[in-house]
Amino acid sequence: MSEVGTAENPLRVAIIGAGPAGFYAAEHLFKQKMAVQVDMYDRLPTPFGLVRNGVAPDHQKIKSVTAVFDRTAKKPGFRFFGNVELGRDVSVDDLRDHYHQIVYTTGAQTDRALNVPGADLEGHHPATEFVAWYNGHPDFRDLQFDLSQEKVAVIGIGNVAMDVARILCRTPAELAQTDIADYALEALSKSNVKEVYVLGRRGPAQAAFTTPEIKELGEMEDTDTFTISDEVELDSLSEASLAESADRGAMRKVEIIQSYAQNQSTGKSRKLFVRFLVSPVELYGDEHGHVKAMKLVHNELYKTDAGSLRPRATERTEVIEVGLVFRSIGYRGVPLSGVPFNDSWGVILNDNGRVIHPDTKEPVTGEYTAGWVKRGPSGVIGTNKPDSVATVDLMMADLQNGRYLHPTHPEAEAIASLIAERQPQFFSYADWQKLDELETAKGAELGRPRLKFTCVEDMLAAVGKA
Amino acid sequence: MKVSGILSIKPGDVITAHPQQTIQEAIGILAARNIGALLIVDDVGKLVGILSERDIVRKAVMHKGVFDLPVAEVMTTHVVTALPQDDLMSVAHTMTEKRFRHMPILDSDGELIGMISIGDVLKAQRDKYRGEIDTLETQLMADED
Repeated sequence: MSEVGTAENPLRVAIIGAGPAGFYAAEHLFKQKMAVQVDMYDRLPTPFGLVRNGVAPDHQKIKSVTAVFDRTAKKPGFRFFGNVELGRDVSVDDLRDHYHQIVYTTGAQTDRALNVPGADLEGHHPATEFVAWYNGHPDFRDLQFDLSQEKVAVIGIGNVAMDVARILCRTPAELAQTDIADYALEALSKSNVKEVYVLGRRGPAQAAFTTPEIKELGEMEDTDTFTISDEVELDSLSEASLAESADRGAMRKVEIIQSYAQNQSTGKSRKLFVRFLVSPVELYGDEHGHVKAMKLVHNELYKTDAGSLRPRATERTEVIEVGLVFRSIGYRGVPLSGVPFNDSWGVILNDNGRVIHPDTKEPVTGEYTAGWVKRGPSGVIGTNKPDSVATVDLMMADLQNGRYLHPTHPEAEAIASLIAERQPQFFSYADWQKLDELETAKGAELGRPRLKFTCVEDMLAAVGKA
Repeated sequence: MKVSGILSIKPGDVITAHPQQTIQEAIGILAARNIGALLIVDDVGKLVGILSERDIVRKAVMHKGVFDLPVAEVMTTHVVTALPQDDLMSVAHTMTEKRFRHMPILDSDGELIGMISIGDVLKAQRDKYRGEIDTLETQLMADED
């Protein structure tokens, strides 16, 4: 057999997970000066991961990154196998039999738990589930959220918390301009929500959300947004650290947050309060086991040796009435069957992207990772590009040094027929493009960017695979 | 981004030495592992110091027999540490201001779980900015389409 990477023996790579990290890895693989074939897998029939199922529907511009992914998908040598799940339809051993290299880009699919008394009460949900639900993720479409409640708390103050708060506060007319799932649009149109509290542990200078996100909260059609003067005035530590950092973006963010403390009610139907320096310490339930209130402790900041400002509980507490609680306090990857996992950080056990054997700490030949399941959830979509590029560069170095898998069936047809046998209802990229056209056409009829299929059976039927 | 974001792609064992080892032994480890600093731990694994290339150079100026000295006589004993949940940007600021090139990471029980270098921090910052630029470029391109 000739050298790997030639026309007769192209480098064959399997990418597991069709989100941004997977597409950026594929893009960089196709830039290499060698013959490359990439098969990209996803457990859903649809590609794009969190761009489709995570990015808020009222952020269509962010979703436009899919145009870049489309270009990668058009490269000769690219194939998509949607509706194919690792561990269910194919195993890591199957992949080792068919590819020279494997890249896991499955993201951070689950969330951190809230460890306070009452966390198991009904009406307390991970924000990820709500996000997946309103975005029409097939696994989450049947969830129920009690939107008859008037008061809602969102624990956490990153961009996901902002998204959840905004979607709860948008009017049906605002939401109808988006590609929000149709059932979510219907449920949210009947929502009884009047007050939403976003709860941050630290102060305005440490808030994880970005300036456009906080600005947007002040521009909603039928929601007044407020902050509380006492909570948004900077303590001396934050003031010093902000001055030292000379970060104009962070300063602007603080200014906007502080300006909301001056807001007066303009009679809009909903109120959104962005709270700082508070942590939930207990959820209280009613006689039916449903959350009815939350105890908050007020925090103060202290500086660690390393210079980071951390929250510390004070004696002061307060109780707020809430009937629905979402937590958005961090995300973790989910272990993949047959792939070493680092439980401390919720990522695949890896050294800069090379999967590591848990006992020997040596790289596992031919296996790599990129994106959130490599480094944990951080940054914006584009942050995954340098991350994936770094992983692919290591793959190329290993290839040069002869460290790659020697598959028994490296020909592209072999794995295609195995998949056709194990999962005859797999989705090709052409199938996805057909679905995409149907979704955008249906959306256009309603003046919306797209009308999503949210159920796998419907997706299969739409492309004639049912 | 938090310190844990760096630790999650650096799973290797923390490289340590004992205070009673000689500098000769310590530089052997530095050279073999291609690193710039060693964490010094006592018999129960508790962090008692850090030994950097710079510590050795500084000592060598005054002491020709530096190689035979025990690590304890050369290491820096006041060690600033960070937690995995510390903000990387704050830690980067502290490292730059105080001219530390290495920072050990302890968990909330005080157990040593890793070390980050100024190189790791710079790389993380570079990737953060690159990612932001790329995101903005992508959106501009989409606007043009």
